[in-house]
Amino acid sequence: MSHTDQGTRVPPEPHPANGANGSVVLGHAEIQRALTRIAHEIVERNKGVADVVLLGIPSRGVPLARRLAERLATIEPAGAPVGSLDVTMYRDDLRSHPTRAIGRTDVPGTGIDGKVVVLVDDVLYSGRTIRAALDALSDLGRPRAVQLAALVDRGHRELPIRADFVGKNLPTAHTERVRVRLTETDGEDAVLIESGEGTR
Amino acid sequence: MKHLLSTADLSRADAVHVLDTAAEMAATQSREIKKLPTLRGRTVVNLFFEDSTRTRISFETAAKRLSADVINFSAKGSSVSKGESLKDTALTLQAMGADAVVCRHQASGAPHLLAHAGWLDAAVVNAGDGTHQHPTQALLDAFTLRRHLVGGAQGPTAGSGSDLAGLHVAVVGDVLHSRVARSNVSLLTTLGARVTLVAPPTLVPVGVEAWPCDVSYDFDGTLADGKPDAVMMLRVQRERMSGGGGFFPSPLEYSRAYGLDARRLATLPDHAIVMHPGPMNRGLEISADAADSPRAVIVEQVANGVAVRMAVLYLLLEGNR
Repeated sequence: MSHTDQGTRVPPEPHPANGANGSVVLGHAEIQRALTRIAHEIVERNKGVADVVLLGIPSRGVPLARRLAERLATIEPAGAPVGSLDVTMYRDDLRSHPTRAIGRTDVPGTGIDGKVVVLVDDVLYSGRTIRAALDALSDLGRPRAVQLAALVDRGHRELPIRADFVGKNLPTAHTERVRVRLTETDGEDAVLIESGEGTR
Repeated sequence: MKHLLSTADLSRADAVHVLDTAAEMAATQSREIKKLPTLRGRTVVNLFFEDSTRTRISFETAAKRLSADVINFSAKGSSVSKGESLKDTALTLQAMGADAVVCRHQASGAPHLLAHAGWLDAAVVNAGDGTHQHPTQALLDAFTLRRHLVGGAQGPTAGSGSDLAGLHVAVVGDVLHSRVARSNVSLLTTLGARVTLVAPPTLVPVGVEAWPCDVSYDFDGTLADGKPDAVMMLRVQRERMSGGGGFFPSPLEYSRAYGLDARRLATLPDHAIVMHPGPMNRGLEISADAADSPRAVIVEQVANGVAVRMAVLYLLLEGNR
């Protein structure tokens, strides 16, 4: 029962941004601006935030969802409830990775029935995480609509899934690795591209 | 780790990881839809050579909540009663494609043999073997202790990430025949708790001085001096007492000296909880007052057992090795 948290996303060990072979494509200011723009787009698309529920996908989608919620509250004082949705138990690739640790699912007290759920994740890649998230959502209730916000869309979709709100479209090669680091989890804000070792 | 055979095999990090996973599993069990797709297409065999109610149902519920297919096998009504060996039973399960075998056996070490004899590729979970180990029981006990006594919060994820450092647990009764006691002594001490075994001298096993715990023959003294945070009562296992007994003079005398009754319950610290792995002998090791008191968490232990077994099945069956 090893408990490594590896997967398509980033291992949690601290790692200096300018070290290794990564080049920084988004810094703190760009990340903040992208989130502010996404927050405005969410308000615009939904004509307010009345029924909006933000659900971050662990691990880094959760702090991103919280930051979006803070911005929504400055645009529309009513604000939107925020929670987290762990998709580990709905993944289709559990057997091809080391055992994944199960994250926290924390649905706001309002529930999701009849709401507009905005899923928040750091990197949109194959689309398989979002597929798992849609399955997880349907076990929790029946939202009126589901939208997707991603800080980075790096392409290479394997399923017919697209994001409604994107911080930055980042053309990448399959062999590259996109690493998102956030102050809440990693001590700094940065998006890096690393020329990968073929891992994903 | 491929099998779960003994709590002595678990490091502190392993054990905390199982408990944290169980906490997230428990959180899913308060939802309207309790079933998760995680083990879809996997087959879990409950191989029970010894009678059991809650452990078998608990494993069956856990596997079904994770969408695994469950096959229940009990020695009664099977070819074991015609004299089939453990090896041939294992080869049959292998041929049928079992992914996990949950084994309870009256012989200590039977699950270890199943896991290591090369008869099976499946993950083996020990669900109680003789007087040796019952690791999922100890894990659910640790989970229950953590939920009530660590972190100061309520709810399934209370105390997540923590161990049981600083807690004192009294384990009282038939230690000699108890695999629950053995599993708990190693797990709870791995997690940083202090364990005191309380039993009449006749029900303390030979070699207990090598265990990482204290031993007392005096229940009242332990309650007064040790101020335990939890009292875990063990069932007096009359079916294992060969020759019809002789371990104590009479049930009444046992109950007077080692039973948890209303008087002893009143001497416990305010936060202390009362546990029992079940099935209870009401009136022998535990009185109805104690069993039904608000501090008894005996029914909750059963609910937590499902979450812990979901966690164990998930951790053993998912992920490449």
